[in-house]
Amino acid sequence: MTTMPASVPTAVGEALTRIEGRLKVTGQARYAAEFPAPGLAYGWIVPARIARGRVRAIDIDAALALPGVLAVLHHGNAPRLTDAGDATLLVLQDDAVPHWGWPVALVVATTSEQARAAAERIHVTYDEEPHDVVFSAEHAGTYIPDHVNPAQETSTVLGDVDAALAAADVVVDATYSTPNEHNSPMEPHSATARWADGRLEVIDSNQGAFAVRQSLATLFSLDPSAVHVRSEHVGGGFGAKGTARPHVVLAAMAATVLQRPVRVTLTRQQMFSLVGYRTPTVQRVRVGADASGRLTALDHLAYSQTSRVLEFTEQTAIYARVMYAAGALRTDHRVVALDVPTPRWMRAPGEAPGSFAVESALDELAEQCGIDPVELRARNEPDVEPATGRPFSSRNLRTCFTEGARRFGWAGRDARPGVRRDGRWLLGTGTAAATYPARVTPSTATATAEADGLFTIRITASDIGTGARTALTQIAADALRVPLERVRVLIGDSDFGQAQLAGGSLGTGSWGFAITEACRALRTELDGGATVPPDGLTARADTAERVQALPALSRHSYGAQFAEVAVDLSSGEVRVRRMVGIFAVGRVVNPLTARSQLVGGMTMGLSMALHEEAILDPVFGDVVNHDLAGYHVATNADVPPIEVDWVDDADDVIPTGTKGLGEIGIVGAAAAIANAVWHATGARHRDLPIRPDRVLFS
Amino acid sequence: MERATAATITLTVNGVAHSLDIDHRTTLLDALRERLDLTGTKKGCDHGQCGACTVLVEGRRADSCLLLAVAVAGKAVTTIEGIGGAAAGEALHPVQQAFLDHDGYQCGYCTPGQICSAVAVLDEHAAGWPSAVTGDVGAEEIVLDEPEIRERMSGNLCRCGAYVSIVAAVADAAGAQS
Repeated sequence: MTTMPASVPTAVGEALTRIEGRLKVTGQARYAAEFPAPGLAYGWIVPARIARGRVRAIDIDAALALPGVLAVLHHGNAPRLTDAGDATLLVLQDDAVPHWGWPVALVVATTSEQARAAAERIHVTYDEEPHDVVFSAEHAGTYIPDHVNPAQETSTVLGDVDAALAAADVVVDATYSTPNEHNSPMEPHSATARWADGRLEVIDSNQGAFAVRQSLATLFSLDPSAVHVRSEHVGGGFGAKGTARPHVVLAAMAATVLQRPVRVTLTRQQMFSLVGYRTPTVQRVRVGADASGRLTALDHLAYSQTSRVLEFTEQTAIYARVMYAAGALRTDHRVVALDVPTPRWMRAPGEAPGSFAVESALDELAEQCGIDPVELRARNEPDVEPATGRPFSSRNLRTCFTEGARRFGWAGRDARPGVRRDGRWLLGTGTAAATYPARVTPSTATATAEADGLFTIRITASDIGTGARTALTQIAADALRVPLERVRVLIGDSDFGQAQLAGGSLGTGSWGFAITEACRALRTELDGGATVPPDGLTARADTAERVQALPALSRHSYGAQFAEVAVDLSSGEVRVRRMVGIFAVGRVVNPLTARSQLVGGMTMGLSMALHEEAILDPVFGDVVNHDLAGYHVATNADVPPIEVDWVDDADDVIPTGTKGLGEIGIVGAAAAIANAVWHATGARHRDLPIRPDRVLFS
Repeated sequence: MERATAATITLTVNGVAHSLDIDHRTTLLDALRERLDLTGTKKGCDHGQCGACTVLVEGRRADSCLLLAVAVAGKAVTTIEGIGGAAAGEALHPVQQAFLDHDGYQCGYCTPGQICSAVAVLDEHAAGWPSAVTGDVGAEEIVLDEPEIRERMSGNLCRCGAYVSIVAAVADAAGAQS
């Protein structure tokens, strides 16, 4: 029997524990590097030890003489690749070294110990060229990019910003900076490649197996159907596994040359130069307002860096395009190409650093106008999206602030800085707004009614810790109108067809859209009396046309961030004592995992505010603190109680009614903390992270 | 005479003795993952900085990436597979159940290390060990409150940012145990 009564309890909205939870807490969930393969060989990358120049010679004899060494691939003998639109993947193709850490060879041996030892015996000589690795807004090579990530306008202009600033009662003109930040997922990138039955079989750690398949097919001039990429469990990504990275190319290359399975796993150190990071930014924000705090001008100019391999310009200034009703609004970007690793996506690219600058500037404006920061934001709520004039599909930022202020106990706050003390600690509170786009992209999915009464959903989604597998099961169960227990969602397999990758807070909405369509089609067939054959009855969905037909609305999630900090002026230490985040994120499919996503984003925002900073050595061009001891990410002891909740935010532009949860939590978090540090001490911190030395000398 | 670069050792993991011809350079972590197919123990940094590879050696937590396999021959090693629930139908350890219930993880990669650490934290607390945040190290009983749990669990990084739920899970498990 496959027909069910129409009234089945809805699974969406239930706080279910993760479907793969038992596998994860028992160590049974296998990640990319954990699938046995007979005859497996191990690849070890030899990274460039200069920041710019050419490989003159590679002496591989000593390495080849070591026990177990099977091959050394380098630009002189590696298979030729076809450009797949991402030059960071064109490894071992020529003698050019574009940055420190670029792979110049791959050693393959029968054990990882042998491969590692052999890699250290490879002698590379270089023709070194002077390098240029120091980012600044004043760099002579700074230019105006054609677009900013992913394909957005570089600049927007509305009204006469300069005239409005000249006429403003109050002006804030401040420059903010954020450093190199590294995604640092706990699972290092790893890929195991092998040829079987005429197909390149790859198990990889990525956020989207379909996109990796497409890249590998192009790179190796294969029919896409001859490439199969799987990524069932992924140990975090935050953007660093968004598309193919060099490790998977090298693994496929070595497996092709040796005709045996090869695994390439990056070391933690290699991750600092090969998988992307958040560019450092310098941001000038100018805000003009009348005496009552109503914005008359908002000008946001963001500088960032890219590499000489691939242009990637972080969309840092897009934040202001959405947020406030300023009479005149200008947003613009500049970028400079340096001899550095290529920056890529890191959790809320654009909004995370951009919100730090704009929401800090708003706090400075509130101070100058003598207006409460929550009230200031309320006074500048726009009726339509400022930069485009598009209507909002929904905008519940004010509700977030009202509820957040109530939960946090904001009312009656003494605005004066530096007047609250608890022993050696100065205390302060701060707030900031948050937004992130709620987009949706075309995806495909299938829904199959099995002969045994169960249902199988197949979609090339990726669960990088978001809870996608569980949320999609809930969505599918409701669309099929069957109990959750009868639905099995299979993900992380490129054979399931094209689908959005797990990034940009796009996953649940885009995948859920396709799954809903497929399930509804199947339900209709079954309700119409279709019989299920022994091998199942399958309905397929492709949302390309439906997505294309969506209305041109400004669709965003919003949030209000609150933080209380304690600052010790004798040591410079900043402790966050508590945080409250209230968000408007559309429909919440699973409150348990949703809360984890939001708390996790705020935690990374705390880490961004106080800890994270990769230091590039100007002499050698490498990241000096390229490990988890030197690059400090928030530990358990750094993180206080964090209260998270959401407000009603009905928005049914797409079937799931969701807006995405992966990024919004980090947006505004650093600004709320920086604003709280000002409130505690009276010193503005416009450069992240707020290190003890910066507090001491402020 | 050539120096030996490998040795035959007996590695006792989760109560099972394994005889292994092992490269002297092999860490306990790599021996578990690559030789014994016990992949529940994770490699996050290979430098003792992240705690993902935490196991129990003679009941005490240790970063398995910092131990050479030959150095733990004959010692009792417990990995996540030995904590509970690895076999179908086998009960979860209360700490594992608490992580599941509180969603004390996201991607799951640091989770086995967190759970091994938490199991050891409960034992260390029961044995009266103080921590860096213990106010009175001579107290009759140290209360395992949230600051104590945060401090004692800080050797295990979680980049997804599940600390708030990890603290809740450990507190829950501690309450269930006491």
